[in-house]
Amino acid sequence: MGKYVGQSMPRKEGTDKVTGRSLYVDDIVLDGMIHGTTVRSAVPHGRITGIRFDPAIPWDEFVIVTAADVPGENVVTMLIADQPFLAHDVIRHPDEPVVLLAHPDKHLLAAAREHVHIDVDPLPTVFDIESSLQCNTLLFGADNVFKRFDMTKGDVDAAFARDDVVIVEGSYETGAQEQMYIEPMGMIAVAAPGQGVTVWGSLQCPYYVHKALKPLFGLPAEQVRVVQTVTGGGFGGKEEYPSILAGHAALLSWKAGGVPVKIIYDRAEDLACTTKRHPSRTRHRTAVTRDGELVAMDIDFVLDGGAYATLSAVVLSRGTIHACGPYRCPNARVVGRAVATNLPPHGAFRGFGAPQSIFALERHLDHVARAVGLPPEELRRRNLLNRGDTTATSQTIEEAIDLGAMLDDALNIAGWAEKKAAFAVHNADPANTTKKGMGLATFFHGSGFTGSGEVYLASVVGVEAGPGGHVTVLAASTEIGQGTNTIFSQIAADALRIPYELVEVAQPDTARVPDSGPTVASRTCMVVGRLVQDASEALVSTLRDATFLKAGDYTAEQFAGAVDAYLERFGTLRIYSKYKQPPGVVWDDKTYRGAAYAAFGWAAYVAEVEVDTLTYSAKVTDFVAVQDIGTLINPQLAAGQVEGGVAQAIGWAIYEGVDWREGHMANNQMTNYIIPTAADVPPIRVYFHSVPFSYGPSGAKGVGELPMDGPAPAILNAIEDAIGVSIRRAPALPEDIMEAVLAAAGPTTSEVNHG
Amino acid sequence: MAEVAFGKVAITFTVNGVERTVETYPMARLLDVLREELRLTGTKEGCGEGECGACSAFVDGKLVNTCLVPVIQARGATIETIEGLATGDELHAVQQAFIDAGGAQCGICTPGMVLATVALLREHPDPNEAQIREGLAGNLCRCTGYIKIFDSVATAARAIRAREDASGHGGGAA
Repeated sequence: MGKYVGQSMPRKEGTDKVTGRSLYVDDIVLDGMIHGTTVRSAVPHGRITGIRFDPAIPWDEFVIVTAADVPGENVVTMLIADQPFLAHDVIRHPDEPVVLLAHPDKHLLAAAREHVHIDVDPLPTVFDIESSLQCNTLLFGADNVFKRFDMTKGDVDAAFARDDVVIVEGSYETGAQEQMYIEPMGMIAVAAPGQGVTVWGSLQCPYYVHKALKPLFGLPAEQVRVVQTVTGGGFGGKEEYPSILAGHAALLSWKAGGVPVKIIYDRAEDLACTTKRHPSRTRHRTAVTRDGELVAMDIDFVLDGGAYATLSAVVLSRGTIHACGPYRCPNARVVGRAVATNLPPHGAFRGFGAPQSIFALERHLDHVARAVGLPPEELRRRNLLNRGDTTATSQTIEEAIDLGAMLDDALNIAGWAEKKAAFAVHNADPANTTKKGMGLATFFHGSGFTGSGEVYLASVVGVEAGPGGHVTVLAASTEIGQGTNTIFSQIAADALRIPYELVEVAQPDTARVPDSGPTVASRTCMVVGRLVQDASEALVSTLRDATFLKAGDYTAEQFAGAVDAYLERFGTLRIYSKYKQPPGVVWDDKTYRGAAYAAFGWAAYVAEVEVDTLTYSAKVTDFVAVQDIGTLINPQLAAGQVEGGVAQAIGWAIYEGVDWREGHMANNQMTNYIIPTAADVPPIRVYFHSVPFSYGPSGAKGVGELPMDGPAPAILNAIEDAIGVSIRRAPALPEDIMEAVLAAAGPTTSEVNHG
Repeated sequence: MAEVAFGKVAITFTVNGVERTVETYPMARLLDVLREELRLTGTKEGCGEGECGACSAFVDGKLVNTCLVPVIQARGATIETIEGLATGDELHAVQQAFIDAGGAQCGICTPGMVLATVALLREHPDPNEAQIREGLAGNLCRCTGYIKIFDSVATAARAIRAREDASGHGGGAA
């Protein structure tokens, strides 16, 4: 390890953030800028028959854009070309954008929006997975299925036919979840024929926006520029939707002849129309021997994709691959499907499908354990992957793995055995109306794009040295709170062997930085960070090859002198590095077999809960998170990622429910969509087992998504431990817990066990 | 549209020690006046309904959600925003603590969270965990899980007390 990697270096942009000097998109005012807004559909599905503008409004003062004004292709293509920037013929979900308005006075604009009427002939609607699968109403293709994956290993049917196995079945569901970044979506655009398009905004993936704007305006790459402003949280929510918002702001500016246009969503609009975590339904059928050896898993995993395909297929892919967890199971069959409904499209959210399938598996394994008379931790311990074992995609785990020790650590730190015993006594006393329980989950999360994804992305990072030895990292990876600026600076400073203060990370701007891929998939540190390291090392080699830097150690002054000499001689010193797949990482898209990920993060989490049997509310009272994310580049930032992810997952588990009414989010306010507050979070105790990954920067892997995967099943396992009633759907809001308790008191419908 | 009908009025108040007069609609939100008229954009909007606390500022010494305050109510008031907290280049102890303890991630809640911490430490210079949780419960953060924010509060409290001990006086100077 170097001088800075491994240290909790202070956040690069920390001072600007604590003083309020950081400029987020809504803090930026351009000369002559006007405001834009969006008129949206009120119905979930129907054919547009007309758009009426109330004559009470002086419309000649407004810039008005409809689909008819789109200069290029009116479609944003994540994977397939199906989602229009502005609906023109058919409305497919509530709150779908139809008309754009702009005006200098945003108060007049808000009022005018209410005076545009969209006439629609309604069409039949579908709002949930089961209805979509029944195909009574077709929304997409011949079967409503956006994408299907079939993943197989071994011989599942033969395994289920064995006479020495117990078969355990169960069905599990998860609800939509809102990312709830505290900064709502926003974008500023300057666009005009002949001048091209420039947008500034709150976003995670500058080159996704860039890719979306080119066909919208029919412009070549060099006439489209995307700049990320300081971004107040993303969590996946600012992965794909900013492409649409950027298109809207740019269409208004284009129509207005280049006048800058700003669109900032208020919270209600942001919640109603932007993407959320896919709702899911997972059916498990498991064959297990009486001593707890997992023999076969048969899994049917379905995601609600919403009204357009967006990137649901990729979310489905990750969920499918993670569906069997970090367990040795020789026979597995997973069918994954993403289906169409008339909900707003669901999209990227931290974990990206894995939290959904891992929720189902980790809830189910508690039921499997009970069926064979084993404690939940013991069933897991007997099946955890070890080095040399194969995953469900038949990927052999080549790197060291320490999951068994992590599980033991998590149990010891949480006081599992002692507390379980004490809680059993506590809960048995009818005078105690608050019941206590413990639950756990063991899980993994693949770092980086799935399968061949990183090869296709072929990410590039640049490192540029300027006068005085100041070095700038050029990458499209965005700082969205997770610490990109800081860790890239640490990695570069160590690789260049110069002070941290001499390194800065350029603002992501497609006119300046290369495409280092999207800021998603726990890939920024492991994949892009490694490219920062490679480019930095190559820059040093270049200075040595040019003989401006001598062999061996050097001081910052010698480095600066070498850079200055190089610049005087050659003008520019900028080195790029490009992604290279680690050897042995081979994936087959056709069979869905092979190395799904170059590396995995591993974790064992334990939750302690209290359930009030009078109010039916659950509270997490302690949380232990033990994980291996490889070498820690910055321990404070890494712990911050875990703590934040756990809190967000606690929200998904017991607080955050989207109230869908005819496909519209009815509780689209912070008042009634409840995220955890400072009063709600338990102590979150974070521990790392650091097993270095050979191909990460200094041995680092990804961290961002892993902590989203385990808490919800651990918490619902703990709730079952506390009240003795199994809740198979997250979130478990008080009304859900009440329903489950009352249902359990009546005729029971527990899991079906076959002997 | 009602705001237009009633027209604008002149409203004077003191912001970060400077007397300011704005011509604005009486029912305009103090948040918008600070951000748009005075260009004090460190005060943020997260929800517009008093839930998230990103728009927190002190009005006459009391921490309020400026999205809920019609500017007419601030006539003659003394307002302190995040921009007024540091002394020149010297950060306030709470700001420094949020950097040192990792209390800021994406930063959008940070100005409000820092001011809520200042308010908390004015009331409880040596807060216990329950007081910290209670004091920050009106400010939402989605990045940190609050743990490093709690650490930041404790760090700031220690720094302020140490400074006061060193200078030989106590009291609520935070």
